[in-house]
Amino acid sequence: MRDGILSSVPFDVDAEVIANTRLSSDYNVLALAAPDIARRLEPGQFVMVKPARGLEPLLRRPFSVFEVLRDDRDREIGVSLLNKRVGAGTRLLYDVEIGARIGCVGPLGRPFVPVDPPQQAWMAAGGVGLAPFATLAEALADRRTPMTLFYGARSRADLFYESFFERLGARMVLTTEDGTRGETGRVTAPLERALSAAAADEPITIYACGPTPMMRAVAQLGARFKKPVFVSLEPVMGCGMGGCYSCVVRVRRGTGTHFVRSCLDGPVFDASAVVWDALTAHG
Amino acid sequence: MADLSVRIGSLRLKNPVIAASGCFGYGVEYADAVDLSSLGGVAVKGLFLNERDGHPPPRIVETPAGMLNAIGLQGIGVRRFVAEKLPELKRLNATVIVNLCGSTLDEYREVARILSDAEGVDALELNISCPNIKEGGIQFGCSLTGTYDVVSAIRKVTKLPVIPKLTPNVTDVASFARASEEAGADAISLVNTFLAMAIDVETRRPKLSNVLGGLSGPAIRPIAIRMVWECHQAVKLPILGMGGIATVEDALEFIIAGSTAVQVGTMNFVDPFIWTKLLAGIESYLDRHHIARVEDLIGRVELPTWEPAWTGS
Repeated sequence: MRDGILSSVPFDVDAEVIANTRLSSDYNVLALAAPDIARRLEPGQFVMVKPARGLEPLLRRPFSVFEVLRDDRDREIGVSLLNKRVGAGTRLLYDVEIGARIGCVGPLGRPFVPVDPPQQAWMAAGGVGLAPFATLAEALADRRTPMTLFYGARSRADLFYESFFERLGARMVLTTEDGTRGETGRVTAPLERALSAAAADEPITIYACGPTPMMRAVAQLGARFKKPVFVSLEPVMGCGMGGCYSCVVRVRRGTGTHFVRSCLDGPVFDASAVVWDALTAHG
Repeated sequence: MADLSVRIGSLRLKNPVIAASGCFGYGVEYADAVDLSSLGGVAVKGLFLNERDGHPPPRIVETPAGMLNAIGLQGIGVRRFVAEKLPELKRLNATVIVNLCGSTLDEYREVARILSDAEGVDALELNISCPNIKEGGIQFGCSLTGTYDVVSAIRKVTKLPVIPKLTPNVTDVASFARASEEAGADAISLVNTFLAMAIDVETRRPKLSNVLGGLSGPAIRPIAIRMVWECHQAVKLPILGMGGIATVEDALEFIIAGSTAVQVGTMNFVDPFIWTKLLAGIESYLDRHHIARVEDLIGRVELPTWEPAWTGS
């Protein structure tokens, strides 16, 4: 892969909404007809989505692809997005009707690299940070890599797709902040216990996506227990293609630290290279 | 088929559609998605002598029909650009317009010299208008003598077309066009972004880490059109017009207001494949109106015969 250049030509799809499944009053899964993107997609890659035609809102939003959708003959027909209603764009994507068209450019970004046995894959997901793990879990299942999903949310109603991951053979560890499902508290607590219980030389690779403080905590656990951690960061993005330099993340490179574009050099980063203080300084 | 080529000083562009500086990386980022040789030109991200880190995020915020940015001119410096990016741009047959920056007159001169000695730079766009950094740039662009001094200093060290990029954050932009013309510029670019601010009312904190940023996008287009039109009347120089171009009609509006070429910035973020649509649309408009050359459309706004009561210069 060339440095600082798109890894491949993205597709520009005016994708028809083929389903919009409201999972709760905040979350929905939007299924988009985009076979080209689905065929090319690697786990953890993202698409730039235009929530509505016209100038309001103006910019596209980055979304990790949630599922690759296939027909009954196993041919890729599209992708789905896990959406959480938080702002103007995500509200539109929550309300969108079947049959509407959503502009979608992708796949973009550096993917997760799924590990092979004897490595184990431990995935840590917080809230909407579950999104990149459906495609990763499929890739891990293909490799017969043992996997565990540590999945935390605010409440029982915000935990989704458990059976999807169970079907792929993932061991599930659930937490909710209000204790309505699984362990009470944050997902990092059972992750820490599991790391403590594991042998020092047990080959475990950790993948994390969620709120920045959670990913930072996972990165710290990885450093403490000497396990590699890969995080899928979600900074504000203007273009997703390297043009605007808005989505920068400070990383250690060589002797110094540099801002790199998360659209080209990420969104997946080696957590040990990320300068976490710079990521959480503002906001 | 209409002739889309336009002349900017000694440089002939194959068409008037240029990727705007700061919105297209160094061009090479888009090389797999866009045929760079099909564009009139690629204005690469502003370059200082040395590498710059830029501002901490958040660097952009969306606003009605537009966005604010305060990137802070993160960049690889002119020498790395010449070594690492320029050969690739030439291999792809891009027409390369390099946006150059400086904190001092000496730095502007040095960057211009390096670019003039390099193989493959087609024109120099002088960034004297970035609203987001303290040192350099806008301190020249907001003063008539500063503008004159930078342009004439660079004029003396290069044979390449010199194109100062003007800020709209002045009362009378036409006077800056005149200062550029007197100093020996070959063309002018306008507008850069409008200095602006957005505040999160819940936290009462500015939405940009830099507090202030530059407003771009369709929201600014009517003001940019007015400024291009004022400058077109004030100087004979070709104008590279920009400010929120989102459609073929917008590009044509800039040309009719007096632009020889147009630059597209923010809308490239929204539609990275906008270029072929703009070029096809301009061509079909010219054919439909039986205009043989796009240059015949420049500044051809049909004004009323009565005296309008505007307050411009």
